[in-house]
Amino acid sequence: MCGIVGLFLKDKALEPKLGAMLSEMLVSLSDRGPDSAGIAIYGAATGNEAKITVQSPKADRDFRGLDAELAKAIGAPVSVAVNSTHAVIRTTPDKVDAAREALQTLRPDIRIMGAGEAVEIYKEVGLPETVIDRFHVRSMTGTHGIGHTRMATESAVTTMGAHPFSTGADQCLVHNGSLSNHNNVRRELIRDGMKFETENDTEVAAAYLSNRMAHGKNLGEALEGTLSDLDGFFTFVVGTKNGFGVVRDPIACKPAVMAETDQYVAFGSEYRALTKLPGIDNARVWEPEPATVYFWEH
Amino acid sequence: MPATPMSKAERDQGHARVFDLSQHSLRELNEALHKLTPGSNETAWEVLNPKGSHSVAVGVDQPVSIDVRGSVGYYCAGMNDGAAITVHGSAGPGVGENMMSGSIVIKGDASQYAGATGRGGLLVIEGNASSRCGISMKGIDIVVHGNIGHMSAFMAQSGNLVVLGDAGDALGDSIYEARLFVRGKVESLGADCIAKEMRPEHIELLQGLLDKAGVTGVKASEFKRYGSARKLYNFNIDNADAY
Repeated sequence: MCGIVGLFLKDKALEPKLGAMLSEMLVSLSDRGPDSAGIAIYGAATGNEAKITVQSPKADRDFRGLDAELAKAIGAPVSVAVNSTHAVIRTTPDKVDAAREALQTLRPDIRIMGAGEAVEIYKEVGLPETVIDRFHVRSMTGTHGIGHTRMATESAVTTMGAHPFSTGADQCLVHNGSLSNHNNVRRELIRDGMKFETENDTEVAAAYLSNRMAHGKNLGEALEGTLSDLDGFFTFVVGTKNGFGVVRDPIACKPAVMAETDQYVAFGSEYRALTKLPGIDNARVWEPEPATVYFWEH
Repeated sequence: MPATPMSKAERDQGHARVFDLSQHSLRELNEALHKLTPGSNETAWEVLNPKGSHSVAVGVDQPVSIDVRGSVGYYCAGMNDGAAITVHGSAGPGVGENMMSGSIVIKGDASQYAGATGRGGLLVIEGNASSRCGISMKGIDIVVHGNIGHMSAFMAQSGNLVVLGDAGDALGDSIYEARLFVRGKVESLGADCIAKEMRPEHIELLQGLLDKAGVTGVKASEFKRYGSARKLYNFNIDNADAY
């Protein structure tokens, strides 16, 4: 199964409540997947700061003194905000690659969840409620976000196997379904220089989109490509710096419901996930069509 | 869609037993419905705050009326045997699955496989139905005011599917003896499904179904009929191209 949610705010007044709204949506779908949960939340990009979300199985040891050591290694200011097993490292945008490289030697056990100017990604093994409480997601603010609760079918139940998967700056993806040609696609992407952290099928979908966008496609075109190049069942919800997109495979057996008002666009695997959103009774509610790309941008 | 309040006429019909799903569990509701016995005085039920709950009013086997105020999730009114169930909202996947008899009316849209494997009764969807509507239907009558999605009536065996709008890809793939009536355009027909002549008995049958479903202002003659070419009943090498 798996449950996925997405929320794209049009009304700035709701931005302080993004974390709370997204949390409510995800918790309502807990019985679609109890294995692990994750959330990607996008704040406004300032243009002069980049964020790297990292995770460590030994957070106490790895995050202590990291800011000073990393700043020294890359020669730029660094701040580290610890949040349970995760931490958000802030530095200047031109130093992201240098920081990623330095982390490998400074803290070999640290795993990178994602990086960009806007996105922060939090994911762990456990129920949505547990994961949301652990990272205090309810108090987070932002412009848009996506979330996932996992019932694993294709690979191990681990932190790295949880969604969202991020394979490019400010890009991330959540998936309900399973891909059958992911090994072939992964091999092709590796040949084209993409790097993979897991054996997971969804990571391949995320990397496919990042790869196409790196080759000059926009998100809409990259999503169109999934319909011919990825084989299997999927409903994808994708986040980028400014927007979010939805696409379902042509068979469309993985459920999806969307709602739109003047204040937001929302996605849920089921209508249940949308029932507590403001004004839902008068929202336009519809089921996204198979093999059709939907996309909203700020 | 907003839940429509109960009209005065509906309230005057009798003393509806009101079941608020924000106060009581779904299991309590379904248990109460399953305890109904023939001749019970509790013939009118109203369900409030379904909020996308799964399996609302499944397995009801007494001729009672149930009004659900709001949208429901998976499998609403499944296996219905005799009840008249109205959802004043939209329905998730599998509404009316394996209905035996009675009626189900969805005031909004229905998600995938509405009326799947249904054996009898009438399912009316006043909005659109998505993919696989009437898949493997075995005697149910389904009337959709709007459009239906792809692979509808896949392996349909008997019964009638009436669509006032358009049908998606692969309508009636591998169909047996169900009758499909579509007023709008059909994106494509599935394997072994063909357009058929509308004879007087089909006009009469369809008019009866439209009347039963409360459809007005639409003539039976506006529909086209589709059904089985009967080439795939038994394997015949000469028909290999039809698969």
